[in-house]
Amino acid sequence: MNQWRFEVSNRSGFADVHGRSVLEDIQACGIRSVQEVITAKVYLIEAEFDRDFAQRVGAELLSDPVCQDFFIGRSAVPAGPMPATLIEVHLKSGVMDPAAETVLSALQEMGAGKVDHVRTARKYVLLGNISEKDRLAIVRRVLANDCLEEVIYGTEAEPSRPRTHSYELKIIHLPIRELDSEGLMRLSKERDLYLNLKEMQTIQDYFRRVGREPTDVELETLAQTWSEHCVHKTFRSSVEMDLDGKTIHFQNLLKETVFKATKDLNKDWCVSVFSDNAGVIEFDEQTAVCFKAETHNRPSALDPYGGAGTGIGGVIRDTMGTGLGARPIASTGVFCLGLPDTRSEEVPKGVLHPRKVLKSAVAGMRDYGNRMGTPTVNGAVYFDDRYMTNPLVFCGNIGLIPRDKCFKHPQTGHLVLVVGGRTGRDGIHGATFSSGEITHKHEDIFSHAVQIGNAITEKKMLDALLQARDLGLYEAITDCGAGGLSSAVGEMGANLGAVVDLEKAPLKYSGLSYTEIWISEAQERMVIAVKPENLDAIMKIFSEEDVEAAVIGRFTDDKKLTLQYEGRQVGQLDMDFLHEGLCKYDRKARWKTPVSVEPVMAAKTNYTEDLLAILSSYNVASKEWVIRQCDHEAQGTSVIKPLVGVANDGPGDAAVIRPLFCSDRGLAISCGMNPCYGDLDPYRMALSGIDEAIRNLICVGARFDRIALLDNFCWGDCTRPETFGALVRAAQACYDGAMGFGAPFISGKDSLNNEFVCEDGRRISIPSTLLISALGIVEDINRCVTMDLKQAGNLLFIAGLTRNEMGGSHYYQIHGQKGGTVPDVNLETAAETARRISEAIAEGLVRSCHDCSEGGLAVALAEMAFSGGLGAEADLRGLPTTDDCIQADRQIFSESNSRYLIEVEPDKYERFAKKMLNLPFGQIGRVIGEKRLIIRNGRQQAVIDADLETLKQAWQRPLK
Amino acid sequence: MGKAKAIVLRAAGINCEQETRHALELAGADVRLVHIRRIIENPSFLEDCQLFVLPGGFSYGDDVSAGKVLAGQMTRHLQDALTKFIADGKLVLGIGNGFQVLVKTGFLPGMKEADKPSVTLTDNDSGKYENRWVYLQPATDRCVFLEPHRRIYLPTAHGEGKVVTRDKATLDKLRQEGYVALLYVDAEGKEGPFPINPNGSVGSIAGLTDSTGRVLGLMPHPERFVRQTQHPHWTRLVKSELVAEGLSIFSRAVQYIEDHF
Repeated sequence: MNQWRFEVSNRSGFADVHGRSVLEDIQACGIRSVQEVITAKVYLIEAEFDRDFAQRVGAELLSDPVCQDFFIGRSAVPAGPMPATLIEVHLKSGVMDPAAETVLSALQEMGAGKVDHVRTARKYVLLGNISEKDRLAIVRRVLANDCLEEVIYGTEAEPSRPRTHSYELKIIHLPIRELDSEGLMRLSKERDLYLNLKEMQTIQDYFRRVGREPTDVELETLAQTWSEHCVHKTFRSSVEMDLDGKTIHFQNLLKETVFKATKDLNKDWCVSVFSDNAGVIEFDEQTAVCFKAETHNRPSALDPYGGAGTGIGGVIRDTMGTGLGARPIASTGVFCLGLPDTRSEEVPKGVLHPRKVLKSAVAGMRDYGNRMGTPTVNGAVYFDDRYMTNPLVFCGNIGLIPRDKCFKHPQTGHLVLVVGGRTGRDGIHGATFSSGEITHKHEDIFSHAVQIGNAITEKKMLDALLQARDLGLYEAITDCGAGGLSSAVGEMGANLGAVVDLEKAPLKYSGLSYTEIWISEAQERMVIAVKPENLDAIMKIFSEEDVEAAVIGRFTDDKKLTLQYEGRQVGQLDMDFLHEGLCKYDRKARWKTPVSVEPVMAAKTNYTEDLLAILSSYNVASKEWVIRQCDHEAQGTSVIKPLVGVANDGPGDAAVIRPLFCSDRGLAISCGMNPCYGDLDPYRMALSGIDEAIRNLICVGARFDRIALLDNFCWGDCTRPETFGALVRAAQACYDGAMGFGAPFISGKDSLNNEFVCEDGRRISIPSTLLISALGIVEDINRCVTMDLKQAGNLLFIAGLTRNEMGGSHYYQIHGQKGGTVPDVNLETAAETARRISEAIAEGLVRSCHDCSEGGLAVALAEMAFSGGLGAEADLRGLPTTDDCIQADRQIFSESNSRYLIEVEPDKYERFAKKMLNLPFGQIGRVIGEKRLIIRNGRQQAVIDADLETLKQAWQRPLK
Repeated sequence: MGKAKAIVLRAAGINCEQETRHALELAGADVRLVHIRRIIENPSFLEDCQLFVLPGGFSYGDDVSAGKVLAGQMTRHLQDALTKFIADGKLVLGIGNGFQVLVKTGFLPGMKEADKPSVTLTDNDSGKYENRWVYLQPATDRCVFLEPHRRIYLPTAHGEGKVVTRDKATLDKLRQEGYVALLYVDAEGKEGPFPINPNGSVGSIAGLTDSTGRVLGLMPHPERFVRQTQHPHWTRLVKSELVAEGLSIFSRAVQYIEDHF
């Protein structure tokens, strides 16, 4: 076997854009000693081929003949006056290396003979007088992530290739029946089970009953199935809530709030809710649409690139695993991060700098989502100091599915197949890890929970599975997400029973124990149930599409989950105990509604500077930098893009796609979230999120009566009654909001314990965060509208009442004010306003429509104006307000909910006004040709007066 | 003859095949999606069609570099079949990743006298993938897919779309001999820096054709603008004046086939 090392770098005269980008990142860290960065790709290949063939490999496969050079071996330090530092970044063993897999199969196709192993690495040559301290900082903050990468310097030897061992069966028993409480907890901790005492005792009782000690795989299976991540035990617990001294009881919080609204609304267009991997609603007579949003917070904290990538990959598999498999048609992405301008010394140990997290998470979502060919159509980015230690990454996916394929039918006798990627050690303990808090040490301990995905493996699997689905070749499908095969097979066979032969799962490398195979969370795998008579036909499709699949077991009728390795039983659990055995919890919650007083702020004659400051605040500023990197037009379905307006750079309210080539029916997708409100009033925060998500849908022309919602709760440690109390309040608002708008929740997810324990013991919790994602039906996409002003001379209206409720507002934030009342929602008026505007748009009465949210009326008007390249003149005398909302700053910066700005052509005025009869609405101005925004108060003084270019620059500058 | 027949290539990581098929069908073609492995097994697939389309996506993950691995596969297995296909007067279209493949196989620009590859595509100057709309100006009269002089507006979505040449002489030759099919320009037709030229391509090159004019490769995605409501600000425009300009590329190809076969 020969060891070949190839280095590939750009020929001189061809820009090294990666080197330049690394240099910018280094400079952004405040390090000035590096003058230039030269990068190279490194390929390490162990193969039988000779030097002549190696030359061919370098020339034909690994390098570009026009702009690159390749070098076999290790190139020397470049000669020159400047000192050079060589740094090479290798993946740790077991980390997915998609490029190596591609090179391996390309080599085989080239006729390279026996190839044992391929690895890739990145080489950096830093030119300049670099101190030891700077070098370390560069490696740590820019070049490598020690969770999954290994760094070598100068001429140090390359890390040796991972040596795999063969595995010999050794069944491990973990005696539990005789343990006392302390022993049980020690066992839970030592094995990273994250099971508490009550749960360990339940398991102990079970094994006492069956009269034997458990094996390791049995405990692991229970730990995964019972993890917070998989069963949401907090959300399903019974709760005693103390709300301002009054006690409220819930038997099952979820069933009595979020889910209850869905039940009470009982919409006949809901096909499958809260039961499958995603919620499913009717799209048209033949087609249904499903939607799911997931968080991938813990993996993204450790490795934002891999975490966000596998987040999107995972939620796409949720769609693929809904019913008999939906076709993914659009994705969404939301990030909550620390402030990008945080000083390095303020970043706690064990935490990545927010700027790095932002850049890497966006790149991860981009690289996976774009490769899947699924457009990323909607999203948001929020910043708060407290997200620095626990960044949040939400990934959503929407799929289309034929109406007759919305349900699974696994039966006794069906074969269990695992399809797609191979099983490795990656992602072991992801589900349990996701259920605990993070500490500064987690990056060492849990590096195995971090994974890199391979989107092409998933795309190939998708292509093959859709063919098999349409031919009716399988009876059930689900994804291997958290908990791996354990969750997938365990859930699919819950009412039947299953026998699994673990040695039959295709492995990435040898040496995995039966337990590792069972609980691995390796990406890109699905489990399907196949009738024996269809096996040959389905395997033929997989082989034609170059997708790996293996029969690993069958469904039985004994209601037992039986695990075998080479014919020997290594575990057996009763399905009933596995799925129903988890003890119920009683939890205490407490919430005291704070007494709110609006801070008094002196009136000013002009607020233009305030408006510019709000436009430049990170949460309001343009996210174009993120949006452009994610392909939002793939599949050719785009109708309303995330960026709209005359220069394609305005902030669209919601995305609209036209998912079928043969129909003008569309889907509108939006989100709503406002963590700034959560500290003050989680109930109103949740209502505001629902109102905002729905407003966004309405603004583009969605039907009011076909809106479905998703919830994603991200909270701190809910064993604290106050933290849990905030969650209960938000859940109550979900019920009220869904009922008020007639918009059911169809799926949801929670991620709790988002807390970080610093080295000094300090505990940082995220702000209570609720993401509401919304999906609406658009009857005719040709009627859609966007938020950019269209024509000088048109009239501007506002619908909805402006109130003096500025708690959590951006206006207060720029002035360092805290407190105040969080905007409320009058559900009756809110729903009626939304319904009428939806109708007005459908009737063609509206030229543009934009919701008032962060920053209030002034920001919304500014956005409409600079997006349309047209000015606006507004007069606050036309603004419907409450009596206490008199001062101009209140009127223009209040973030009151349920408000819409609407542009109407003069000849449509009467019809529009009639439509809005008896609702709070008023004409506040008109569109003008001059590129200025002018807002005048009751005395006709200009409280805002700015040219559009200044406003737009303020909005675009921060995240450019 | 009957309908124009097109094959749209499938391969691991190609992901624009469905909308490309749809665009071709709108243009009046009869379309089949065929996996690269089937064509390698049986190159006679190509004999039955007059238009071979390599759609966009990330073939083999664009690992190593964009389109590289698929290009190697095509060179090894389909060089002769495709050479004959073109010599028979048939049409080849590469979009995005398909363009990268056509360049890396040498079918584009396909300059006969060149003894070694002299054109390639590499990382955008911005260093990142971007989705944005651009104006394109045809720079040659011989490409059958393009209406000479008619400026069109299309979306780009790529990370490695920068055309570079081995040397200045190659660039001059491309320009002088009509290999440059499309240029990135502004709304008035003038070349310019980013974002008018979204990736930093030398000579603002957005697309190339070969000496026959029957092979076209371009980074922008015409299949993403085949109906009015795909235009990024269609809500501002008068519908009666709005033409889905991507469709014309497919329609002209179909028309050419109907006229010549």
